Amino acid sequence: MSMNNRIVLEVRDIVKTFPGVRALDGVQLQLRAGEVHAVVGENGAGKSTLMHVLGGIYKPDSGTIMVEGKRVQFDSAYDAARHGIAVVFQELSLAPNLSVAENIFANRQPVRILGMIDYNKLYEDTREILKLFDLDVDPKTLVKNLPVGQQQVVEILKAMSTKPKVLILDEPTSSLTSVEAELLFKNIRRLKQEGISFIYISHHLQEIFEIADRVTVFRDGRYVGTRDVKDVTEEQLVQMMVGRELVDMYGHRDYSIGEVYFSVKGARRGKAFADVSLSLRRGEILGLAGLVGSGRTELGRAIFGAEPLEQGEIILEGKTLAVASPKDAIEAGIGYLTEDRKAQGLFLDMAMRDNCIAPHLETFANQLRMMDESAINDFAMKCRRDFNIVTPSIKQQVRNLSGGNQQKVLLSMWMGIKPKVLIVDEPTRGVDVGAKSEIYRLLRQLASTGVGIIMISSDLPEVLGLSDRILVMREGRIVGEFSGEEATEEKVIACATGVAMAC
Amino acid sequence: MRTATVNGEAARSRGLARITDFREFMILMVIIAASIFMSIASPYFLTRMNILANLLSVSIESIVAVGMTVLMVSGGFDMSVGSTVALCGAVGAMAMKAGVPVFPAMLIALAVGIVVGLINGLLIAKVGINPFITTLGMMSVLRGILLVITQARNISGLPASFKIIGQGNFLGVQYPIIYALVFLIVGDILLRKSRFFRQNYYIGGNRQAARLSGINVDGITIFNYVLTGFLAALAGLIMTARLGAASVTAGTGLELKVISAVIIGGASLSGGEGTVIGSFLGALLMAIITNALTLLGVDVYWNEFVIGATLLLAVAVDVIGGKRRKKA
Repeated sequence: MSMNNRIVLEVRDIVKTFPGVRALDGVQLQLRAGEVHAVVGENGAGKSTLMHVLGGIYKPDSGTIMVEGKRVQFDSAYDAARHGIAVVFQELSLAPNLSVAENIFANRQPVRILGMIDYNKLYEDTREILKLFDLDVDPKTLVKNLPVGQQQVVEILKAMSTKPKVLILDEPTSSLTSVEAELLFKNIRRLKQEGISFIYISHHLQEIFEIADRVTVFRDGRYVGTRDVKDVTEEQLVQMMVGRELVDMYGHRDYSIGEVYFSVKGARRGKAFADVSLSLRRGEILGLAGLVGSGRTELGRAIFGAEPLEQGEIILEGKTLAVASPKDAIEAGIGYLTEDRKAQGLFLDMAMRDNCIAPHLETFANQLRMMDESAINDFAMKCRRDFNIVTPSIKQQVRNLSGGNQQKVLLSMWMGIKPKVLIVDEPTRGVDVGAKSEIYRLLRQLASTGVGIIMISSDLPEVLGLSDRILVMREGRIVGEFSGEEATEEKVIACATGVAMAC
Repeated sequence: MRTATVNGEAARSRGLARITDFREFMILMVIIAASIFMSIASPYFLTRMNILANLLSVSIESIVAVGMTVLMVSGGFDMSVGSTVALCGAVGAMAMKAGVPVFPAMLIALAVGIVVGLINGLLIAKVGINPFITTLGMMSVLRGILLVITQARNISGLPASFKIIGQGNFLGVQYPIIYALVFLIVGDILLRKSRFFRQNYYIGGNRQAARLSGINVDGITIFNYVLTGFLAALAGLIMTARLGAASVTAGTGLELKVISAVIIGGASLSGGEGTVIGSFLGALLMAIITNALTLLGVDVYWNEFVIGATLLLAVAVDVIGGKRRKKA
């Protein structure tokens, strides 16, 4: 290994605050030449914020960044790149309308006289660099026509092609196939030999043990510690990340489940799902597991009328419902918490108070059909209290709240309609541990009042910890059913991927 | 959990995309088909005179369309070009009437166009006002200035050395056609090949990504509005020279014609797409439709209807194509 102790990049006492949040609170990190340095931590620990600081996107409030011993300041992404730091962000930063070649060499295309792009050389260089990932695509292919995994590869190649000293990878494998991930690791090992250093952010601890030399842990925007990967166990890392032993954040059911009162029969919609039947009991939390793209979200949205069923019945309390739009579903008492709270769930530029009344404005109209401001305020205050939403004011824009608090606002919106059935889609995506356990408590509390909850989630521990019963979807069909007791992570994964005849 | 994606789907959508990517080719086919039909229907259609008349009728808007294409590829938009054309034509004419020699008078008019573009660009890139609102306001402001300075009177009696710019011809081809072709060819090559102009596709495709790739998004945005203002001023001067007078109603509705042409030519309001040649073909298609309606003796009042319908049809084809791509 060409690793030595020369420090290429060092950050000290970095502080970065956003309205209402201290995202980074004096963190540090030392990166040696030719090492792969993993950064781990729960959501909201500050990893991504630090990467944005190192990439020149955010300016820190205070603290020092040193590149090869020299203090630097990044005013733009371009600045960071000039100092040899390249970042591969989690959200794809590609121009979908342009070719693979033009994306990889964005604004660095080889040119001839008068700044005219030398397309032949551009395509040739691209073919060369695509070989690193055995990627058999035409450099002229438009990025929007590539599958997401290959787009991610293009993104990585774009960063690599700048020949950086430090390459920062933020969840690089999140949309890669295992073959592509292997090739990524192979390339990381190769570039390490050439003295390039990596900062590697990942939720997959196995990956860290596979590829990283050292690991630094952040928690709640603070630095917890740095360890050599060979000297640390997975359990120790988790404990550093969480900061306490997690004693059952899912809680236990202390009420009994009632009779079946809601069911879906023979549901079908396009290619998304078919032949889906399920039933729900009062007070039951029904987990809906499966891979992304297995039709879970589409099913949830169809029951809610967002994209109505093409075939099948929805029966609530003995009555067949005609759900043609979300309005029908809400009137019947079905609520749906979207997986994409920012794009589809919340009104980000509106006050928290105006958000939590959105699905049931009707309730707040007085005799003259005018909105009753004081009733709205009372309701919003109650939401803030009941849901423990941390906000300086009920008039605060939801955009400025943390992910966990945004999610609690969304929950308060939908619990406010007093649903008979609540569908929650990825209820804890992108929220920190504390908010997670609160959301679980709120869901249990709602279930204890006799409301059935259908929980769509990709977070397996959550599905296993919270569900009374689990349905597994694969390729648009329900392929397995487990009771909460018998389900294990292995069984559910085997069933969801169809690798074994587990179900 | 990782998901594998199916490569076959990508390949299929690529095939579909190929067809829609040849937008210029498609319009050209429509133009050729229309021409064949028209040459049978009317012996006059394919005469040299009629062809030149068609080209002349699109020459002014083609020059403006070069700037508008660059702008719309970057996700921008300019409603004020019609007013700029009229104002700059009038400013040039007034300067000449006031005794300023032809060339300096033209420079003054061009400077006005550049200033208009600069103001648009600064308001949009630096102040952050939406392009539609900014240029809609500017459209009205400029028309207002024009009416005030001219007192709503047309300006005629311009020097012959100026009028020749718009009225002369080379081997029977009127100068405005030649100017337009030069701008179209140079504009198309630059937007396709030059690294500087290529940056617009990044900005229109993904603004954030463009910034992360080290592109000076604000600077280019301002440049694009200046370029469009400059070309509109130039078009205004050529138009004034051709007509031999500056009219206060000149360029009315030009912005909509140009934007329609650019959109028919393959650009979208969200940016990232479009070519100069495509925009020219879009303008030409609209001119041919107008010409055809006239030659066929159709009531001229149908003209606007047919042009609007062409625009809607072109965009509908795009959206349906786009949806298909998304699903596949």
